[in-house]
Amino acid sequence: MKRTIIATVNNNSGVMNRITGLFARRQFNIESITVGMTENPEISRMTFVVNVDNERGLDQVIKQLNKQVDVLKVRDITDDSIIARELALIKVVAAPQHRGEISALAEPFRATVVDVGRESITLQVTGDQQKVEALIDLLKPYGIKELARTGITAFKRGAVKSDFETPKHSILN
Amino acid sequence: MGPETEEMQGRELKDENQEMTGASMLIQALARENVDVIFGYPGGANLTTYDEIYRTGMHHVLARHEQGAVHAAEGYARVSGNPGVCVVTSGPGATNVVTGIADAMIDSLPLVVITGQVATNAIGTDAFQEADVIGVTMPITKHNFQAREVEDLPRMIKEAFHIASTGRPGPVLIDLPKDIAAASGFFNYNQPVELPGYQPTVIPNKLQIKKLADAVSEADRPVVLTGAGVLHAHGSDELYDYITKQQLPVASTLLGLGAFPGTHELSLGMVGMHGTYTANMALHESDLLISIGARFDDRVTGALKHFAPNAKVAHIDIDPAEIGKNIETQIPVVGDAKEALRMLNEYNGTPGEFSEWKQQLQAWQEEYPLWYHEEKDFLKPQHLMEMIYEETKGEAVVTTDVGQHQMWAAQYYKFDRPDCWVTSGGLGTMGFGFPAAIGAQFAAPDRQVVAVLGDAGFQMTAQEMSILQELNLPVKIILVNNASLGMVRQWQELFYEQRYSNSVFPIQPDFVKMAEAYNIKGWKIENPGDMQEVLREALAHSGPVLMDCRVEKEENVYPMIAPGKGHHEMEGIKP
Repeated sequence: MKRTIIATVNNNSGVMNRITGLFARRQFNIESITVGMTENPEISRMTFVVNVDNERGLDQVIKQLNKQVDVLKVRDITDDSIIARELALIKVVAAPQHRGEISALAEPFRATVVDVGRESITLQVTGDQQKVEALIDLLKPYGIKELARTGITAFKRGAVKSDFETPKHSILN
Repeated sequence: MGPETEEMQGRELKDENQEMTGASMLIQALARENVDVIFGYPGGANLTTYDEIYRTGMHHVLARHEQGAVHAAEGYARVSGNPGVCVVTSGPGATNVVTGIADAMIDSLPLVVITGQVATNAIGTDAFQEADVIGVTMPITKHNFQAREVEDLPRMIKEAFHIASTGRPGPVLIDLPKDIAAASGFFNYNQPVELPGYQPTVIPNKLQIKKLADAVSEADRPVVLTGAGVLHAHGSDELYDYITKQQLPVASTLLGLGAFPGTHELSLGMVGMHGTYTANMALHESDLLISIGARFDDRVTGALKHFAPNAKVAHIDIDPAEIGKNIETQIPVVGDAKEALRMLNEYNGTPGEFSEWKQQLQAWQEEYPLWYHEEKDFLKPQHLMEMIYEETKGEAVVTTDVGQHQMWAAQYYKFDRPDCWVTSGGLGTMGFGFPAAIGAQFAAPDRQVVAVLGDAGFQMTAQEMSILQELNLPVKIILVNNASLGMVRQWQELFYEQRYSNSVFPIQPDFVKMAEAYNIKGWKIENPGDMQEVLREALAHSGPVLMDCRVEKEENVYPMIAPGKGHHEMEGIKP
């Protein structure tokens, strides 16, 4: 199962190495990993998308991360209300007659054309993983020359909308 | 012991907030951490540190190979309970301690290792004697640091000792570049340790303790499995109170031997691959398994699918990552073993009733004791262990390497005390036992220290006989000499159709002459009838000795759980 885990870590040299080394030696399967500074320059935030077989695997990922001295906090936010975004740059084969078509495809995704070459255009799209993948799928028939994805970065929403309270006795259930 | 100058003897503290070099800060910090001995080896990148050792008279033991230094530090840590300190140079000096660091990591021994490093402006240039020691040791240290500013050094050292010795203990490494050791800065050691990412849980959750206590009252066939966590927590007294009050049977892991007295009637002996039949069957048949400071290593559990099939598992561990890692756990208790046992002792639950279960255990013990065939012409290694036990009255500090001799020592030396047993469990390091005995002797200068070693493992770190000679350290070396890599040979016999590939030595050195070359008194014992007398004389000798005991070469360690088998499938349980 795929889980999204965020960690705040000390912004020390070598911390990335500690984390990726940990994943490699414990045979944890990472799909993506992103890292960047937080509002506090001494602390970085990492977002991992990991593939684990079961609850025990997930438990180990979180516990092993927690054991690292430079890791301050770890959370599995998969089931929380979160904002998760990734950015993808997609270079698509685009003969002049196809450019309009591709732009039209990109529009509902709010993807923007960031570069145009003689035989290709490059689109930039931001969104959750599904959205990015949907656009990539649509562009595949044209021929994707190059693809670069940042991986998911995420955090919890500020104002968490409380779950709609279903009355205990209702004709609906 | 060691060079001593009148002015400082390494212990005199300089005032805080003085300007001094990085090397001086290091020695001052070690003194503040009450380090009374360091094990090490000088080289180019740590010359400034060694100059400071020279000038302060810090007690330093010069190993003859860095591996000897780090294993000595481990032996010291295991017996004293305090971090062992090891100082080596950059590059090869540092890579030579890698085995010991990995050994300390997997067996949770507190170490502080200071490696020299090339100057900061040369790092990353493939300079002379440069190695990426931070990278190399990252996966085998609890934490590691590289000093990049001299004024960071006091904080790092303080954090290193804190991390190494608290929570689940482990090795911490500080990489000290040459220019940082020589640079000057203000020394301030009076800073609190602030590590928001490192907050081990010491006091367990009361509710979990209650759950555990209630499970004991309800159980019919409970068994306690004790590991080294009890020893690291210094919780033997609390364990003794708990076990005797609740009348629970106790099995021990290899590394946990001595946490509960091995001669006590509630002790079932060691579990695992070469554990006792009763201990293994107790786990297999139990309905409640309480693991205290043990981590369900594969040599303990055998095949996981057969492990304790009917047991509810309670697991007390200071490292939450160990709970549920290998074995599904119903009652997790995160915390220090001593604290958990203290809370269990305070909890007034209904005592359990296990008389039927204890009868069963006793029946197994009577039916399937440890066994071996005595012979007139050959010295049996098991008999040798029994003699060592008798002659040392069970009070010696025993160190071993890994392999057959280790298993026999574990089986036949009935450890009654928590500070008697120094062995390489998790990593299974040949060459560990001898230097570890040297470290143990420093931690317990007045006690008998016996290094029980295989002839193969001894040859991996035999050069440390120089330390015995130099310091007249009364370590007793007992070689269990079967002229082979006994455990490898045993597996080749059992699982590789007796193809003894490179496990039987065609030639051997004359170990007695080797010892004599270091001015160490040596004996060769071939006749089993001579053994006891030599042992008595050698143990009474005031200096170091070596006994080359020629044992039956083809003796195997039994009983045994073959790889892939469960606790109930032990072989060799009867003569």
